[in-house]
Amino acid sequence: MLTRLVPHPLLSLTLILVWFGLVNTFTLGNLILGTAFGLAIPMLTAAYWPDRPAIARPLKIAEYALIVLWDIVVANVQVAMIILFRREAEIRSHWIPVPLELTSAEAITVLAGTITMTPGTVSAMLSADCNSILVHCLHTDDPDKVLHDIKTRYERRLLEIFP
Amino acid sequence: MNFVAEFLVSAALIVSGIFGFVGSYGLLKLKHTLQRLHAPTKATTLGVGGVLIASMIFFYADTGHISVHELLITLFLFLTAPITANFIAKTHLARNLRRNELPESTGDFGWSVYDDPPETRLDT
Repeated sequence: MLTRLVPHPLLSLTLILVWFGLVNTFTLGNLILGTAFGLAIPMLTAAYWPDRPAIARPLKIAEYALIVLWDIVVANVQVAMIILFRREAEIRSHWIPVPLELTSAEAITVLAGTITMTPGTVSAMLSADCNSILVHCLHTDDPDKVLHDIKTRYERRLLEIFP
Repeated sequence: MNFVAEFLVSAALIVSGIFGFVGSYGLLKLKHTLQRLHAPTKATTLGVGGVLIASMIFFYADTGHISVHELLITLFLFLTAPITANFIAKTHLARNLRRNELPESTGDFGWSVYDDPPETRLDT
């Protein structure tokens, strides 16, 4: 019964939190309204989103978010230095094809978004069978290191979240 | 509002201003479309992030309540900005580059702009 009423507890919880963020005040009425949204929206949209991936370890999401935020700050400074202090001819951009172990569309979307949001790399395109992702790197002397970073920092953690 | 809060708000605004400026300068300086794409992804992260942190500190010092609208703005930016960047990158690839200018994909199928997907989709 409980699993039928709340098929996706994480999604429901996220919706309740987003509702509180939108109204910006904590009252009992908002808790009831937010819970109603949190229960109704997953049920109403279930038909349009089949095969939702199960999330194995929810706490890993927080770890992943913190690591990505930290990397964004570090990479921002690095890219700012490249833009400000390197001559245009010295900037060596690279295409880096990254083989993927992730299989679910949602997990690949998260990885592609992460690659784009960390400055210095932009995910440009997937291969037709979703087995590799094409990354454009603004400046690097060692493309293999960028590839290694993406595989070990981001993809390994996403594999734990989306088994 | 006390001095510490004012100082923190000013510092966050200056940091965001610097990164916003560097992002715009990069847009001018870099020559290729895909290199230029890196500049605005910076402006949306630390540039906007600094303004949002300043806003949270300001409203906390001013009213005493923690405002969480800024966290939602960050969330929505992180959800939408990569999609725009991907649209621009893909359009550029489809219009201006040929497949032999890109490295090979590591799988059996080529990049999705040039190659058709397999008959049965793998993830359904």
